[in-house]
Order: sequence, then C-alpha cells, then structure tokens
Amino acid sequence: MTVYASHSTAAPRPLLLDIRNLQVRFYTPEGTVYAVNDISYKVHEGEVVAVVGESGCGKSVSMMAVLGLIPRPPGEIAGGEALFMGRDLLRLPEDDMQSVRGGDIAMVFQDPMTSLNPVLSVRRQMTESLRRHANMSPEQARDRAVELLELVGIPDAARRLGDYPHQFSGGMRQRVMIAMMLACNPSLLIADEPTTALDVTIQAQIVELVTRMREKLGMALIWITHDLGVVAGLAERVIVMYAGMIVEEADVDSLFDRPRHPYTLALLGALPRVDRRRDSRLNSIPGAPPNLLVEPRGCPFAPRCEYVIERCRVERPPLMPVSPTQRSACWVLAGGEGNN
Amino acid sequence: MSRYIIRRLLQAIPLLFFVSIILFVLMGQMGDPIATMGGRRVTRPADRERLTRQLGLDQPGYMQYLYWLVGNDWRQIDLDGDGVPDTTGTRRGILRGDFGMSLMKRGQSAWEVIWDRVPNTLLLMVTSEVVIIIFALLIGVFSALRQYSLADHVITAVSFIGYSTPIFFFALLSIYIFSVNFKRWGLPSLPAVGMFDPQVGRTPGQVALHMILPVATITFVSIAAYSRYIRSTMLEVLNEDYIRTARAKGLRNRYILFVHALKNAALPIVTLIGLDLALLLGGALVTERIFAWPGMGRLFLDHMQRFDTPVVMGILILLSVTVIVFQIITDLTYALLDPRIRYD
Repeated sequence: MTVYASHSTAAPRPLLLDIRNLQVRFYTPEGTVYAVNDISYKVHEGEVVAVVGESGCGKSVSMMAVLGLIPRPPGEIAGGEALFMGRDLLRLPEDDMQSVRGGDIAMVFQDPMTSLNPVLSVRRQMTESLRRHANMSPEQARDRAVELLELVGIPDAARRLGDYPHQFSGGMRQRVMIAMMLACNPSLLIADEPTTALDVTIQAQIVELVTRMREKLGMALIWITHDLGVVAGLAERVIVMYAGMIVEEADVDSLFDRPRHPYTLALLGALPRVDRRRDSRLNSIPGAPPNLLVEPRGCPFAPRCEYVIERCRVERPPLMPVSPTQRSACWVLAGGEGNN
Repeated sequence: MSRYIIRRLLQAIPLLFFVSIILFVLMGQMGDPIATMGGRRVTRPADRERLTRQLGLDQPGYMQYLYWLVGNDWRQIDLDGDGVPDTTGTRRGILRGDFGMSLMKRGQSAWEVIWDRVPNTLLLMVTSEVVIIIFALLIGVFSALRQYSLADHVITAVSFIGYSTPIFFFALLSIYIFSVNFKRWGLPSLPAVGMFDPQVGRTPGQVALHMILPVATITFVSIAAYSRYIRSTMLEVLNEDYIRTARAKGLRNRYILFVHALKNAALPIVTLIGLDLALLLGGALVTERIFAWPGMGRLFLDHMQRFDTPVVMGILILLSVTVIVFQIITDLTYALLDPRIRYD
C-alpha cells in the first residue's frame, strides 16, 4: 500500500535492506496474534535506524522474521518481502539463509545473561561462526576471536577466551556477544534492546561501544529500543511502531522537534525530564496497548488518542508524508483532517 | 575434585551402616529359614535346635548383626548346646569380605551364589540400558523437533501405551505372539525361557537370541518413559535464548541440536540415567522371573522366599554400594558437562 519516497537528506547511499509490506502472525490456542501488520521501511548502507515502541509492538518480531528466526509454527509470515542486497530473505532457502545470518546480518539480543550458551566456552562460541562462515582453521579463528575480544574492550582477552559465560559480568557478556556478532564483518547489525538488561552505567558503555564499532566497521545498524533517550544520541532515522504497525517515521531531529503522530507525542510526553519539578508526576499514556488477537481495523491508537476523530476508528491511516524526511500515519496530524 | 570424592565416600560409610541395620532388622522379621531346610520333610526339633545354634540364630538380634558385620571368630560359641562356649567361630563378617554361607545352597558362600549371577544380569541389563538410551534419545529428540506433528502425536500415543502397560503383561504378550503363535504359524519363533538351548550349548548366538524378548520387554516401558522426558527437556532447551543466538549466528541446525542443545539437555538426562544405572545390578525382578533368566532379580526372589539372609543381605548391600557410587559418578559427570558446577 505505502510506497516509501526515498530520503532526500543525506547523500543517496546504496539501499541495503528494503522491507515491503511485512506481515507476521502467530497462531496460538487463544487465537491469531497479529504481531506485525504491513510494515515497510528501508535501511541504507551505513545508516543508523532506531525502531521504537513499547513491549509487544512487533519491533523485535519484525526483525526476527527478516532473519528467519520466527518459530514456524506457531509463527507465520503472512506476506511481504525483505530485500537484502537484492535477495528476498523471506523466500530464501534455509541453507542460503544460514550464510546470511551471522555472516551479512548479525543480531545482538536483549539479555546477555541468557543469550550465551552456559555450557560452551567463549572460545567455542566465538570461533564456531568464524569457522562456519569464513572457513577459518581453528588457529586462525582463535586469533581472530582474541582480536575481536580486544576490540570490544575485554581486558586480558587471550586468557579469557577459554572462560565460560558465567565467569563474565553482564556488561562483559554483552561485549562478548557483540564481538561474536561482529566476527564476520556484517553489513547490517541488528541490536535488539541490547542495554535493557544492564545497569545504567553499563548501558552507556555498550551504546558507546556499538557506536564506535559502527564507525570503525561502517556497517548499518538497526537499534531496537523503547528508550527514546538512547535514540536521540544514536540514530539518524527513527521508526515508531505501535501494535505491529509503523505509526511514524522521521529523521531524528524532526521526530523530537515536530512529532506528527499522537503516539509519538505521548511517548515524548512520558519522558522524565531534568528541567521538571521533582515532585511532578511522570506522564503516562492512558489506556492499555491494543489486543493483538483482534484483526486490526482503523488506527490502532484510536482508543487511547486525544485527537481521535470518527474516521480513525474505521479506516487505517497509511503513512503519509508530512515533510521530505517525515511520514506519519495519522488522519489528524498528517492527513489534514484536523481542521474538520 | 579428589577431596570432594573422598568426602563423598566418607559420607557414604554411616549411610551404609544405617541402611544395613534397617535391612537386617527387616530380614529378621521375614520368616524362619530353618523351616524349609529339611526339604519336603518337616525339620525335626533336634535338628532345628542344632541348626539354630550353628547359624547363630540363637543369639539376640544385635549379636546376629554384629556377627554378620565383623564375624564371630573373635569369640567362643556354644555349638553343642550344653551352655558352655567351646568352639571358636568361623565367620569373618562382611567388613572383612565374608558375606556368610548361603542358607539355601548348602556349602556355597553367599558371595559365590551372588557372583555366579552378576555377569548374566549385567549382560541383560547393560544391553537393555544401551538400547534404551539410543532409542529414547532418537525418539525424544525427533519428537521435540517435530512437536505437535502427526509423528509426534503417534509417538506420544505409543509412549503412553508403553508407559501404562504393566511389564508382566508386555512380557507375556510378547511370549504369546513371538514364541507361541509364531511357532504355531510356522514362522521363525523366538525362545521364551532361559539363556540358551541346552541342546545347542551356551554360544553367543544362542544367548543373543534368548535375550531378544527380555530386552524388548525391559526397554519398551523405559524407552517410553525416557523419550517423553528427553522430549520435554529438549523442548525446554530449544526455547532458550542461546539457541536463538546460535541460529542467529547461522550455524547448521544439526550442529545447534547436538552441540548447543543436547549438551544443555544432557544434565537432567544424566541424572535419570545415573540413578537407573545403579539399579541395573539388581536385575529385573519380573522380567527375569518370566523369561527364566538366571540373573540377580530371580536370585533375589528365590532366596527371599527361603529367608536366605546372607544372600539377600549380600545382594542388597551390593546394590546400596552401587547406588552410592553411581550417585557420586553422576555428580562428577555434572561437573564435566556444566562448567558452572564445581566441587571445590
């Protein structure tokens, strides 16, 4: 439905990932979960894109779908394409997909405590993808692993290679995880809330590390988060998701300066601010996230929206351009219906 | 590590004492071993008294236990019943390796009687355990990978039949089908009793042939139980985050399954196997009985019925020691499999 007009801000960079009309569903005993509903967006080479939204809005699921990591059943990709360097990942045979995963596209997960295999040594877990994708000998893979661990700032890397995940702290484990994923020089790194499970001070270190790695290795980065604070300092472009749909997409400055979707507005309003009185209450968005068991009809945010009009309840707003670098799926703030 | 092993072995000593006392007291209440010693005839009162003295059964319970434990060669006993201790005892006690003389098989020591059966039982039980582990692993992993598929549902149904079938029923049914009916239909039938055909002799081929039905009986029920367990353990592990990480690294599915998943799933499975292995020595009471397999299970039943305390106690103590040893081995295997477990 929506065909995305290309960005005119930065110099045109080659297109890396082009997701078109992706739909993901889960068939559960309670009914069909409409997890991702017709989302489309593009990522260019070397670009940093943040995908923002609350838990269960489909931001992780859409990425896992692209990588073929959705368990099927119960999951199903109901439609769409994900063109990565011209190939549709959604229709790639499993063998080819395995060489994309961990090779061209890498993914760092949320919880470093559970994302590393507890019974295999770091060496084993670091070298196995090098040996699989880069056909390295055990010795080459070992040397490369030490190099990578040093790169992500693990002290005494050569000695720690033989250690097991439980011998590392949370932040160190996430560093190991990042090193592991960078092993084969991916052109796209997907970071799925990599700081959520960590202490605040460690969070900053990890953000800083990923940024540094990205600058050094020049890969594109998709950062999935619900933390708008991280987004502001990191991303070039932001995609806001709600109930499995993209509700707003903009370059980072426009999004923070002129949000054009009520959900984005509400999210920004819910941020704690240092210039506010300490005893003032933190704003929250009234209502609850929508039930994804119901097939979406109309704007998913309508029940919680203060700008809601009749049309919102019956017709789903497409992403409409509000400026060359910003699109919003709102009849009122983007579709010009606010005057009614 | 070796300190841990030594500590565990030392801890086992009081445990074994405790177990042996309980077993000894229970055996003492079972019945009168002398009652059946005369064969078909009723034992004469004079013989009865003599035997009672010879076997030390005239002593109070705690003395009997003491004799069993450390022997009676350190004191004079009254054999002729005149009230004067005049003969030096000959028993050396289990602590010095003397299990006592069998009451049922006169002239044989309990140790000889037991040791005679151990190879037969081990042959049957180790074979069964190997078959169980191989098939249960294959079936369990397969049905975990194909959760809720038709094959999984069929396996589930068969497992529940297997799990809920009494072992004697399966044994008799298999005899009925493969021995009785196959012979009637003129098909090659399987032997139902013993270890070998006496007319052919104890050849490896004969023993293997005679093992088929008992092994099938023992394994059927256990494979059903094990494979369910392995299936659920594997399902649990396959849902872990680190499996998703391994998949995100683009590793081959088989590699993920056997290296990343199975090593994690192995821990609870090893627990199960470790506890079972120890009991292998005890044999399979029902199966050995039905198929007339000359193993420990049958030995235990036969000697239990005749209240042959030295043999029965010998079997039970041997079992207790094996259980303890295998528990230590199981714990050590944990450390081998899971680097988070250390015994220092």
